[in-house]
Amino acid sequence: MPDVTFRISTGSAEQNEEKTYRVPVAEGWVVLDAVHYIQAHEAPDLAVRWNCKAAKCGSCSAEVNGKPKLMCKTRLDDFADGEEIVVYPLKTFPRIKDLVTDVSWNYEVAKKIKPFTPAKDTKWSMDQRDMDRVQEFRKCIECFLCQDVCHVLRNHDKKPEFAGPRSFVRIANLEMHPLDTASRLDFLKNEGGLGYCNITKCCTEVCPEDIHITDNAIIPLKERLVDEYYDPIAKLFKVFSGK
Amino acid sequence: METFEKHEHDVLVIGAGGAGLRAAIEAKAQGVNVGLVCKSLLGKAHTVMAEGGVAAAMGNVDPQDNWQVHFKDTMAGGKMMNNWRMAQLHAQQAPERVLELEKWGALFDRTPSGTILQRAFGGHTCKRLAHVGDRTGLEIIRTLQERAVEAQVPVYMECTVTHLLRAGDRVCGALAYWRSNGKFVVFTAKSIILATGGVGKSFRITSNSWEYTSDGLGMAYALGAELIDMEFVQFHPTGMVWPPGVKGLLVTEAVRGEGGRLTNNKGERFMERYDPKRMELSTRDQVARAIYTEVKEGRGSEHGGVFLDVTHLDGESVKKKLPSMYHQFKDLADVDITKQPMEVGPTTHYMMGGLRVDAETTATTIPGLFAAGEVAGGMHGGNRLGGNSLSDLLVFGRLAGIHAAEFSRQNKQGITPPDVEIQAATRQMLEPFDRKEGASPYEIHDELQDVMQNLVGIMRIEEDIKTALTKLEGLKQRLKTVRVTGSRIYNPGWHLAYDLRNLLNTSEAIARSALAREESRGAHTRLDHPKLSPEWEKITHVIQKDGDGMNLSQMPKPQMPPELAKLFEESH
Repeated sequence: MPDVTFRISTGSAEQNEEKTYRVPVAEGWVVLDAVHYIQAHEAPDLAVRWNCKAAKCGSCSAEVNGKPKLMCKTRLDDFADGEEIVVYPLKTFPRIKDLVTDVSWNYEVAKKIKPFTPAKDTKWSMDQRDMDRVQEFRKCIECFLCQDVCHVLRNHDKKPEFAGPRSFVRIANLEMHPLDTASRLDFLKNEGGLGYCNITKCCTEVCPEDIHITDNAIIPLKERLVDEYYDPIAKLFKVFSGK
Repeated sequence: METFEKHEHDVLVIGAGGAGLRAAIEAKAQGVNVGLVCKSLLGKAHTVMAEGGVAAAMGNVDPQDNWQVHFKDTMAGGKMMNNWRMAQLHAQQAPERVLELEKWGALFDRTPSGTILQRAFGGHTCKRLAHVGDRTGLEIIRTLQERAVEAQVPVYMECTVTHLLRAGDRVCGALAYWRSNGKFVVFTAKSIILATGGVGKSFRITSNSWEYTSDGLGMAYALGAELIDMEFVQFHPTGMVWPPGVKGLLVTEAVRGEGGRLTNNKGERFMERYDPKRMELSTRDQVARAIYTEVKEGRGSEHGGVFLDVTHLDGESVKKKLPSMYHQFKDLADVDITKQPMEVGPTTHYMMGGLRVDAETTATTIPGLFAAGEVAGGMHGGNRLGGNSLSDLLVFGRLAGIHAAEFSRQNKQGITPPDVEIQAATRQMLEPFDRKEGASPYEIHDELQDVMQNLVGIMRIEEDIKTALTKLEGLKQRLKTVRVTGSRIYNPGWHLAYDLRNLLNTSEAIARSALAREESRGAHTRLDHPKLSPEWEKITHVIQKDGDGMNLSQMPKPQMPPELAKLFEESH
């Protein structure tokens, strides 16, 4: 196979530049293989975050030719012959060095979400049909590509007021868990900023686990929010019943 | 002189995979102050890659299952090398641990009656593995991660521990660095739990992530802890073999559990010749050797593997039961597993050996130091059954949490790590930056992987192992001249230079133990000693640091009490 040219964004948040490398590639290689090759042969301190190289851990998120991708799943033979491959870190999060960004904000948001809360006398019996719906959300590998691509975070930097698609997937998982008793609607309305999402489905498009984030998580949560806070008939009922 | 960020905890847990998280949750529940330090982001640890399921004798599908049957299967699978008490505790406590996960939000696949579904796996005589499709590890790590967050356990992410610190004979802290900026951190603790996993990165072809650099084994060894059973490295029979970029990537045993068939290039179901009774669901050591033999004798696939076939099963059901495998092959190898067979071959997967621990408490031979999960030895003997690792993490993670907390309560008087130890450790860490020339850490690692893969791999012979030991010594000398360039900020070359120290020590431990065991048992196969020997069944190898050298000794294996031994007589 012919050599491939890589342009990799290196440096810190303040000072960074693209560096060009020629990489002799082997059949079946993915972008992460090439980054490892560059580390071993040309730039031993080139920073990249990765763990499993099997699309299971969600660590090696980056922007490859402008698209948010897992580097371990992006095959080199998917690019045209002679096409340069340009790798940048996630734009939505502050860069630490080279391809590594500080994604700790996502973990801070996770702390604010009310955990699974079963009833005291729960009978631990569940139907597979209920599982099928919720297990989709449990597939999330926390790669944060959805957070990266979401314009509310990426372009408007609403981080303090908007929890982002990953958090909504997590909340949908808990809200639709057949044995959960808590409500997270208050969080979604106030702190989580669900209303900022205008369902452009960018998150769904980049999800490497094919979770239907918009259709199956965000829209049902929006409906629940409307039912709870904005349904005029329910409001009337509340006024008259005094509830 | 550099000043250090300092943190103090009653119990410090190192490693945030299944065992570390479960230990931290338990220690916290015991009411002590716990800190959890991990070298990756939370939730990325190797547990996330576990696929097929967690073994627990709940009897939801096969009602005749119980802890005795699970215990027997585990011991038989381990070729009787297991620490019987660990295997017993594991079999007894696993069901409770799995049910507990459900109470913390885990969502396992269900039986028609609404209980947790269990699937067949190699070496398990009952359908025993609770699972979520083929992504059980992700479910478990996410559940534990969320529980630890709920319990407000402080987590130090992307912080690599490099040295355990000691005062007198007791462990009292650890030195670490932040990956993000390279600055050192000193942790002080009354007790420490190691949950740092295995050694896979010593080998070229492995299913393990970069994290598997034997940190815990290496650090505890440096302190004088004992390592046992290090010759027993599991080669999982089914890793991907093509394309080269994904060589070694795991193909879950659940493929065979769900009915997948192994065939050679003549279309023969070759397991008929190796284990006609259990066929594809034989134990991993036997299937791995069978595949190796088929390939070696010219009956392999185009790319040096054999075929694993699920095309006779209903395509939709395959996609539902094995979704990750379906996507893995489709995305990475252009193979639609519902229509074409997979190509698979053995891949380094798991370290059965590890730190010698007390079965009841998980205490190592160093006071205050505990170990749980893959870093601990004994539980799986000569060969681990699939699914027994996830349950091991939960059972012994919890026990480690309980007993490390108890130790910290009984030793309230904390000890401060001596400054001279900290200074010596940091000097050692920074030396590679000072060299103007020297070996590249990547080159040393590359050569190490070749040595272990080719000379101490799935089939071993005296001459090869001796060559490996000579080469390892050479690599150790080169490591003394290793040179790192760049800054301390997120510098993978520097990180690897440190990892190599542990990788080389544990690789040597593997080679020495493999050379000494002159028989073939479980995952350890000696071409020059092909038979299982009853004498060797009584002997455990112990590795310990001895000055600058490594000492290997023999220890009689603990014998099980008559009431348990009887279980095995009945089966004959």
